[in-house]
Amino acid sequence: MHTADWKKYFYVFLVTVAIFLTAFFVSDTLGNKKIQDIQTMQNRVSIDILSSETQFALLSESSCETVGDTSLSKDLDSLAAKLSYAEVSLNSNKEDVLWLKKNYSLLEIKDYVLMKKLSERCKVKPVYLLYFYSNANGSCPDCQKQGVVLTELRKKYPGLRVYSFDYDLDLAALKTLVSLYKIQPELPAIVIHQRAEYGWKSVEDMEKIMPELATLTGTTTETTKEK
Amino acid sequence: MSEFLIVVTNILLFLTLYMQVLLLYTFFEKKNVFSNTGGNGESPLKRYPIVTIIVPVFNEEKTLGGTIESLLALDYPKDKLDILVVDDGSTDNTLTVANTFKTNPQVRVFTKENGGKHTAVNLGISYSRGEFIGCLDADSFVDKNALSRIIRCFEDEKVMAVTPAIKVHTPENILQQMQSVEYNMGVFLRKVYGSMNAIHVAPGPFSIFRKEVFEKLGGYVKAHNTEDMEFAMRMHKNHYPIANVYDSYVYTVTPKTVKGLYKQRLRWVYGFLANARDYREMIFNKKYGNLGMFTLPAAIVSIFAALFFTALAIGRFIAQIAKRFMEFQAVGFPTRFEWPHFDWFFVNTSETAVVVYALSLSTLFVIFVGKKLSDGNMKPQMNIVYFFLFYGILAPAWLFKAVYNVVFNKKTTWR
Repeated sequence: MHTADWKKYFYVFLVTVAIFLTAFFVSDTLGNKKIQDIQTMQNRVSIDILSSETQFALLSESSCETVGDTSLSKDLDSLAAKLSYAEVSLNSNKEDVLWLKKNYSLLEIKDYVLMKKLSERCKVKPVYLLYFYSNANGSCPDCQKQGVVLTELRKKYPGLRVYSFDYDLDLAALKTLVSLYKIQPELPAIVIHQRAEYGWKSVEDMEKIMPELATLTGTTTETTKEK
Repeated sequence: MSEFLIVVTNILLFLTLYMQVLLLYTFFEKKNVFSNTGGNGESPLKRYPIVTIIVPVFNEEKTLGGTIESLLALDYPKDKLDILVVDDGSTDNTLTVANTFKTNPQVRVFTKENGGKHTAVNLGISYSRGEFIGCLDADSFVDKNALSRIIRCFEDEKVMAVTPAIKVHTPENILQQMQSVEYNMGVFLRKVYGSMNAIHVAPGPFSIFRKEVFEKLGGYVKAHNTEDMEFAMRMHKNHYPIANVYDSYVYTVTPKTVKGLYKQRLRWVYGFLANARDYREMIFNKKYGNLGMFTLPAAIVSIFAALFFTALAIGRFIAQIAKRFMEFQAVGFPTRFEWPHFDWFFVNTSETAVVVYALSLSTLFVIFVGKKLSDGNMKPQMNIVYFFLFYGILAPAWLFKAVYNVVFNKKTTWR
């Protein structure tokens, strides 16, 4: 005679729910660990920038030669990659990721300001660009492609500084930067030589617009944060 | 992934996990049953009833000889064994091969016009002498202890049919090795389902029935080229229990080519869906116990879950291809080689991924337990790698076509 093991079905249901909840817990714990990893890296970068700022403050009392390497932390490249990944994959930690992204953008702006001051004071000509992108659905179909080009450019010219910003990020400092360069929401937008260029640019286009790339021989590191 | 897809994914993952947990729960619950050899080891049976084994055969001249020889070598009294070879109108030398065994008093040979496997088995049933009747496909070979272990199971008078453990006969190429893992999992599943009285197929290779089953329910009927499935469903409909003996080994020749495997599996899956449709009143009907409430719904859900996850995987694959193409458009081929380096940060740790890891682990467990039941050891082999690499790619093809055929009422062919 056929029988259905109702009790067993119920126990198995409880076990399955327990496994599902455990999976959610494990996923959440690992997600938090990843957020912590990014935070730790950002702290390191922050210390690097503070160190550079301190060096800059000391410039008035010493010569440019004593400033040394003002490059951003090597962590920044991997930090950018991790932030991009976290933005796509850590759905349950969206708030944290957004906070980290803002923090990252601020670090970039701080470094950008410091780098500009340093170049004026020490008469050096750093090669840099500002890149504005958007992750909003459908608002920038070419941003991913532009990100790939800038990453390639960074590999080819490690001395190039690329400061990348999410145009839609709600951050006062970023809004100021956008209004400073009068960036229109026609993304991707790249600021080179204080002038905004719109639309997708290939590696060759970028090399034409920035002939100074050919002069890059340094080991300065920076980051390209792709969409 | 859209919210809707996430919800569907989680529901299907939950159901899949539920099915896996129920199988494992039953396995551990009935562990003592699983640890016995046919229930009581190799001690003599209380009695040795006459058993008729029908070998329906169509154009299988190459394997028929081995099949009959394996039957003749069974560890069972010769005078209690009745072997009927029924040639279903073969066009090759099958009948000649069968006739060479006529000198054995246990072997009788019949020939008839081609009418399909079920007609050949029905003819055999009508000439059978045994108290128990079984069938052995002409591409399968039995272990010498297979019959006595099955007959021991009939000492429980409630048992009306017993299925064996089917293994792959000398797996040679990668495809057959992949199938051997699948068959080992089948040994595990059939054993678990047997303990729940929820086996929905009494397979062609060496399922044995009490003769009264055929007397009361009639013989096989044409049923979407999967008559053994239909018969098992009919038995359940009449509340006739089907048991399993996991160490009654039968070896079967499996397809060597992808095309052959595709056709066979298409027939099986289509046959299951079509028979499930014919017996739909049993699905989610508590009158049919675990079969109605678990096995049949689980099998149907598995098919649709597999198709859904395949569609997701194809979607991701296409997205990856599109991404690579976009990168190529942007910067051309990569000019410098970079060694990949492992960073745990980039391991997918989403809720869905963690559940999938848990499911993969439980599948691996089932594979190893199936191997233990089949081969007596859990030694890892390359065939497990082949299974994980290729099964997920191949199976969706026949699953999709089977569903398509059922929906649009297209028939499958035997060969």
